[in-house]
Amino acid sequence: MALLLKGGRIVDPAVGLDRVADMIVRDGRVVEIGEDLSIPKGVTIECAEKVVVPGLVDVHVHLREPGREYAETIASGTRAAAHGGFTAVCAMPNTTPVCDTGSKVRFVIERAEETGVVRVHPLGALTKGSAGEALAEIGDMVVEGAVAFTDDGHGVTDAGMMRRVMDYARAFDAVVASHCEDASLAGRGVVNEGVVSTRLGLPGQPAAAEEVQVARDLRLAELTGCRLHLQHLSTAGSLELVRAAKERGVPVTCEVTPHHLFLDEDAIGPSYDTDLKMNPPLRTAADRQALVAAVLEGTVDCIASDHAPHGPHEKALEFELAPFGTTGLETALSLVVTHLVHPGELDWADLVRLMATGPRAVFGLPEVRLEAGAVADITVIDPEARVEVTKEWFVSSSANSAFLGGTLLGKATDVLVGGRFALRNGKVVD
Amino acid sequence: MTALSSRHIISMDDLSADDITLILDTAESFAEVNERRIKKLPTLRGRTVINLFLEPSTRTRTSFEIAAKRLSADAINMTGSASATVKGESLRDTAATLSAMACDLIVVRHSYAGAPHVLTECMDAHVVNGGDGMHQHPTQALLDLFTMRRRASRLEGLTVGIVGDIAHSRVAGSLVPALLTVGATPVIIAPPTLLPARPDVLGAEVSTSLDEALPALDVAYMLRIQMERAEGMPFPSLREYARFYGMNEARLAAAKPDMFVMHPGPMNRGVEVSSGVADSPRTVVLDQVNAGVAVRMAVMYLLLGGEGGGAAA
Repeated sequence: MALLLKGGRIVDPAVGLDRVADMIVRDGRVVEIGEDLSIPKGVTIECAEKVVVPGLVDVHVHLREPGREYAETIASGTRAAAHGGFTAVCAMPNTTPVCDTGSKVRFVIERAEETGVVRVHPLGALTKGSAGEALAEIGDMVVEGAVAFTDDGHGVTDAGMMRRVMDYARAFDAVVASHCEDASLAGRGVVNEGVVSTRLGLPGQPAAAEEVQVARDLRLAELTGCRLHLQHLSTAGSLELVRAAKERGVPVTCEVTPHHLFLDEDAIGPSYDTDLKMNPPLRTAADRQALVAAVLEGTVDCIASDHAPHGPHEKALEFELAPFGTTGLETALSLVVTHLVHPGELDWADLVRLMATGPRAVFGLPEVRLEAGAVADITVIDPEARVEVTKEWFVSSSANSAFLGGTLLGKATDVLVGGRFALRNGKVVD
Repeated sequence: MTALSSRHIISMDDLSADDITLILDTAESFAEVNERRIKKLPTLRGRTVINLFLEPSTRTRTSFEIAAKRLSADAINMTGSASATVKGESLRDTAATLSAMACDLIVVRHSYAGAPHVLTECMDAHVVNGGDGMHQHPTQALLDLFTMRRRASRLEGLTVGIVGDIAHSRVAGSLVPALLTVGATPVIIAPPTLLPARPDVLGAEVSTSLDEALPALDVAYMLRIQMERAEGMPFPSLREYARFYGMNEARLAAAKPDMFVMHPGPMNRGVEVSSGVADSPRTVVLDQVNAGVAVRMAVMYLLLGGEGGGAAA
C-alpha cells in the first residue's frame, strides 16, 4: 500500500530537514520526499499545519506483562504508546517474574509481535531477579534481543556488584542503565526530603540518595569503560555530575521524565494525591528548573516517560502504602510541546533529538532518518490539538496520571510503524 | 462565634485562632462537668461516634470514648492495624462500610499520614484526626493549649520549647502550628538526627542545645522517645540522650521559676524526664490527660452541633 503524507512540515535534524513537503511511503519504507508529489492509488494523509517527524521512542516504559496484566499488558501498553505518538518503547524488566533470562526476553518480543501495535525493545535485568546479588545471563539476553540492562525499580546496592556487572556487560558491548538510589539514604522515603516531607509528615528521600549513586556509577563507568545510561535523573546535583562526566569523556547518557520537568514537590498537598507519588520523587522547583536547563543546553540525551501503570485499588491506598509511579506514554509528547515547544524554549528539531534520535542512540536502536529508503516509522503531530487529560482519554489500562485534570496543546494524530498505521486521526489502529 | 469554620479536624491548619478559642472556651465548661459527681450530659444522645484505631493506643482511644459517652453519644471502638488493611479491606472500603452504617463522627488513628483525609473523601461523617503517622494529632495540641492557658493564664507570648523527636512526632506536627496560631513562640530542640528535613518551614525557632534554649522557656514540652527503630537509633544511648535532652532537677533549677513541664505520655522516666521531675508540681502531665476529655468533648459537641448542651449552652 502506498501512502502520501501531504503538505506537512517535515523535521529531521539528522538529515538537515525542516521544510514543508510531501512524503511517499510504500512497502514500509520512505520512497520520496519532495514538492507536489502524488500517488496513483493509495491513502493520502492531509498533513497541512502538522509536523512530520521520525517515529518517537520512549526508552523507559513499564508494560507490566507478565505478572500484573490488570495494570497494563503489552497489547494495551503499546496502544497507549501509539496514542502518545511513539513508534517504539523499551520495556523495563521488573515484571513478575523479572525478565532476567533469554527466554523471558524472547517472551516479551514474541508477545509484542503477536499483540503489540508498536515496536517493543526489552531490557533485561542486570542481576538475577534484580536482587543485586548475582549476574544475570546478560550474554544470553543480548542474543535473544535485549537492548540494554537495568535493575530499574531500585538501585544496585553493592558497589562491587555494580562494578562486576559493568565489567561483564562490556564483553557484549551492552549498555548498563542505572536507577540511581542509595537504599540506605532513601530509607522508607516516599517524597523528596524537604519542605513537603516536613509539612505532610511523610518520610523523605534526600537528593543525595540519588546523587551518591550517580557519582558512584560514573566512576565505575570510567573504571570499566562500560557504556552507562542514567535513568530518570531528578536533581540539579545529578545533572551537574553528568555534565562534568561528559566533559571528561565518560561514556554516559541520561534521561529525564516529563513529570520531573513539569512538576515539583509543591504539587503534593494535604490531599495526599498518590498519583503524585513516584520514584525518584518530585523534587524542588530549583531542581525542576535545573532539569529544564539541562534539557535546553543538551546535557540530557532524551526524555523518557517512566510510564508506570498501577491499578486503581493500588493507588487508592494511603500515600505511604501506595506504589510509586505515574503513567506517561500518552502525555509525554503533549507536555513537551505545551511547555517547551510552544513557549519557544525548544524547536521541533530539538524535540526530534530528545524524543526520537536521542533515545535510539542511547540504546543503539536502528536509526530512522527521514530520507528515501528509511524504514517508515513516522509520527505526525498536530501542534494545535487540545488534549483534556481525563481518565477517559487514556488508552492505557491504567489512569494513574500525575497530570489528570490538565489541558495540553499538541498531540500525535498519526503514527506509522514500518509503514502501517498504529494511530490514524488520533485513533489507535488494531 | 459559635461554630467551627471546618467540618473536620484533620490538621491544625483547619482551625483559625477563633476556632481554637471557641474550642478551649467550650472545653472549660465541659471541664466543670467533669468535676461533678454525675458527669453525663444528654447533648449528643442518639448520635453515633466511631473510634477507628488502626494503630495501638489505649490512652487516646479511652479519652475519646469517655468524651463521647459523657455527651451520651453511642461510642463504638474499632481496632485493628493499618497493615492489615493492606492485605484485607482497604481503608476506603472500611470507611464506606462505616458510612453505610450512618455514623455521625469518626475518630481515626492511623499509622500513615493522610489517612484521615482519605476518610473525608468517602464518608459523610465528620472526621477527627486522632493521630496520623508522623503528620498531626490536633486534639493533643488542643488539650496542650488548654493546659497551658489554664496554668499560665495566657497563650500569647509564651515561649514553648518542644524537645526531642521532632522529625517523627505528630504531636510536634500539630503543636508547632497551634502555638503559632495563638501567638506563642515554639522553639524546637533536638539533635539534628531528630529534626525534620526543613524545620524552617514549620515556622519554629530551632536549637540543638536544650541548655542554651532553656532560660527563655515558659514551657518545656518533652516528647516521648521511641525506643525501637528499624533504621537504627538516632542517638548513641538513652543515657546520652537524657544527659543532653532530658529534663532533670538541675535543668528545672536553671529554668525560669514558673516554667512548667509537659509530656504527651506515656513518659519514659529517666529518659525524657527524670523521676523527680515527673512527680514534681511543676509537671502538668495529669492536667493534660484531664484536659483531654474536656477538649475532645468540646470538639465533638462543636462538630456535631449539639443542642441543649447543658453546661456548654
